[in-house]
Amino acid sequence: MSLKQEFSNGIWRENAVFKLLLGLCPALAVTTSAENGLGMGLATTFVLLCSNMVVSLLRNVIPGKVRIPSFIVIIASFVTVVQLTMEAFLYDLHKALGIFIPLIVVNCLILGRAEAFASRNPLRRSIVDGLSMGVGFTLALFVLGAVREVLGAGSLFGVSLFGSGYQPVLLMILPPGAFISLGFLLAGMNRIEARRR
Amino acid sequence: MKDIARLVIVLTLITACAGLILSLVENFTREPIAEQRRLEMLRALSAVLPEFDNSPDQDRVVLPVGVDKKGRPVERTFYLGRSGGEINGVAFEAVAPDGYSGEIAVMAGVRPDGTLVAVEILRHAETPGLGDKIEEDWFKRQFRGKRLDNADWRVKKDGGDFDEITGATISPRAIVGALRRGLEFFHENRGAIVGAKGGSDES
Repeated sequence: MSLKQEFSNGIWRENAVFKLLLGLCPALAVTTSAENGLGMGLATTFVLLCSNMVVSLLRNVIPGKVRIPSFIVIIASFVTVVQLTMEAFLYDLHKALGIFIPLIVVNCLILGRAEAFASRNPLRRSIVDGLSMGVGFTLALFVLGAVREVLGAGSLFGVSLFGSGYQPVLLMILPPGAFISLGFLLAGMNRIEARRR
Repeated sequence: MKDIARLVIVLTLITACAGLILSLVENFTREPIAEQRRLEMLRALSAVLPEFDNSPDQDRVVLPVGVDKKGRPVERTFYLGRSGGEINGVAFEAVAPDGYSGEIAVMAGVRPDGTLVAVEILRHAETPGLGDKIEEDWFKRQFRGKRLDNADWRVKKDGGDFDEITGATISPRAIVGALRRGLEFFHENRGAIVGAKGGSDES
């Protein structure tokens, strides 16, 4: 597979949220607005990219028996770096994402890519894989967040769209709205996929 | 044996590197984080205190409240706002443990005689669109000018003076209760708080 194909793979054909249904906990929990979705997606992408790089570099050094603890230590370190940096320089986003930043550690998408891809592939391909999976995850969270914010709060990136007469569908910002939006988005993607064949 | 040694060495090296990198990052971000927290505190304080010209986040009185279930001391911090050296406002945090989902923390600012100047919601996890209307201005404004003795500190639904929110009575009830308890504590300890550093604005 060429690097270009590899890249588009993570965005559509193996999209983490919409196709592999990985990392659903943050995908459902933080996507109450487009901004939160984007922030969470970018933080995850950074961790994924870094952990893929390091795991790929160390893949011949780490013995198979301790690979999972090694991966977890590597991932947890990058997550802590993101968390501290975010608190220092993006304080408001840090407050909005709260507990979900430390929880990136247990996002199975990241450990999954380390285990299934980066530990078996050379550096360049692992970087491309991390980037594409991350971008796919970010896009998914952004779309989910945007849909929920537009319907549930009548705004996008905090900018009001419909004026004050609009009565927002509160449910969409609440947890059930996450499941409903995800369900419709999944159905839509399957529809597009089915037509292509 | 050789195999085990290799496992131990690799894992130790990885964790040591991780520790080193994290300590560097922590060192680098420690001051900006402390500064952000200070700014946030100051933002809340300037929202609830009358005009001040000191640094109320450093000019404070800490009083013991009692001990918690595990026997650790519980303290309450009062931030003093001064204008020309005279205390003209006191801010304190009131925490309502009985919100609809978790704690609601409120910063309240009072004049030295115990009249509320303003309140600000510090943190909460109330339902978006319902309970989180406690952050709106009309809700916070109703506390301005209220004292323990000129208002009935209950929500209207319970026969008191304070507006609740349609569809969400629990959050306002929790806040009103927390403010009442905070004001009572302030009154019981007014001498210690306002008189502590020569404040003289008795009215």
